[in-house]
Amino acid sequence: MGTTAPIVEGLFTWPAEAPRLVGGRCTACETITFPRQSACPRCGAQPLVERLLARRGQLWAWTTQDFPPPAPPFAGAAGRDFKPFGVGYVELPDELRVEARLTEHRPDRLRIGMEMELAIVPFGTDDAGNELVTFAFRPVDEA
Amino acid sequence: MSNDVAVVGVGLHPFGRFPGVPALEMGAHAVRAALADAGMAWSDVQVAFGGSYEVDNPDAIVSLLGLTGIPFTDVYNGCATAASSLDMAATMIRSGAYDVALAVGMDKHPAGAFSADPVEYGCPSWYGTLGHFITTKFFGMKINRYMHDHGISKETLARVAAKNYRNGGLNPNAFRRKPMSEDEILASPMLNYPLTQYMFCSPDEGAAAVLLCRAELAPKYTAKPVYLRASGVRTRRLGAFEVHSPWLPLELTDGPTVHASRAAYEMAGIGPEDVEVVQLQDTDAGAEVIHMAENGFCADGEQEALIAGGATEIGGRLPVNTDGGLIANGEPIGASGLRQIHELVLQLRGSAGERQVPGSPKIGYAQLYGAPGTAGVSIVST
Repeated sequence: MGTTAPIVEGLFTWPAEAPRLVGGRCTACETITFPRQSACPRCGAQPLVERLLARRGQLWAWTTQDFPPPAPPFAGAAGRDFKPFGVGYVELPDELRVEARLTEHRPDRLRIGMEMELAIVPFGTDDAGNELVTFAFRPVDEA
Repeated sequence: MSNDVAVVGVGLHPFGRFPGVPALEMGAHAVRAALADAGMAWSDVQVAFGGSYEVDNPDAIVSLLGLTGIPFTDVYNGCATAASSLDMAATMIRSGAYDVALAVGMDKHPAGAFSADPVEYGCPSWYGTLGHFITTKFFGMKINRYMHDHGISKETLARVAAKNYRNGGLNPNAFRRKPMSEDEILASPMLNYPLTQYMFCSPDEGAAAVLLCRAELAPKYTAKPVYLRASGVRTRRLGAFEVHSPWLPLELTDGPTVHASRAAYEMAGIGPEDVEVVQLQDTDAGAEVIHMAENGFCADGEQEALIAGGATEIGGRLPVNTDGGLIANGEPIGASGLRQIHELVLQLRGSAGERQVPGSPKIGYAQLYGAPGTAGVSIVST
């Protein structure tokens, strides 16, 4: 029997009581990125230092993914097991807009400007039988 | 005008699905059609650029046309591939190095959304694992935000798609020729809210070719030369809302289309008010709406009234995608932008048949846009 593991190490702090996304900050021009890139997209400086991002922000843009994305690279449940999901950019104040899966995919429950919070959610299992988790944002009023 | 490049031949292999026909054969078909259009022999072509996504080596087309030894460069530049091929062929003539140049594009895509390795697009591997590495959901987010900001309705999206299917019905070379009602379009399965299945174009198959020459030589090949007044390609800047972006900075800026468009108007010495027929990248109906504003044809939000009033129809004030655009033709990436030039040349010659824009248009405009944030604009005139 496997354990629970993040889809990739170093993307978010986990396990943690209040998980955070791990971004990068350019020490030359202060640009913040997600994930932490190997070089700054504004000025090209290297390296970027770790920056833990805010847990809450506002929904800036959204859509729904109502059909399974091409696999590979998509590794989520496909075929009849596919479940539509929401996708959006969440604006983290004074930092950046981060693209993420949303826990809500019903259009009548999603609204630009609504308050969102980071959530760690299940994302299937790996070949070794480990339960995988990934990051997502959920409406705060749903929390 | 200072940019002395003429378009003297255009050729097309129909767009659609052609089981058993290799992309290179389609490309050769398009080149032969362009040569016949110009009354030119293959041996007259001095330099060539061949664009494709699926064909590793478009240069192999010479084995079907004649191994004349000319410099032939293969091109791939995302959805702006054809604009890049055209721009490089034109630049070769502007430089004075060559008198006659070919831009050709061909592709043969499998059905369904494009897929690739996200790492090769500068995205982390997990971005694909999670299902984010897909262009269609970007277009959904972009138009959803645009509708929120500028008061565009879902009905407008349906009107755009219905117009393009209708125009496709007048184009014997189009992939989708069956008119579709706005209700059918709105009722088709939701793919990425607010975009439904029939609001999207499909990757498909086809080829197109354009022959260019020094303007002084044009009368040798055609009685109705069309001149390439501007061509150019631009890429995204930090802060543009672009496909395949795991994050965006807070401070936003215009997309690459805006920059490519401004540069093209400057090069041509005209403005959007002078343009009489337009081909825009309609990967989805929302993209056509956004691109109307990004290319200077209206202010953000004015599309709602313009489209409802029929301005973008073939008989309207600003005809857009007169051959059905990508929605009716599909998108063989290497060929798509050369199809736009093919259509503009027919329109400017007055030989577009049932879909001819009335009033003898003299200035045409074409725009391409796609992953990973690259745009190309071309302007032609009589």
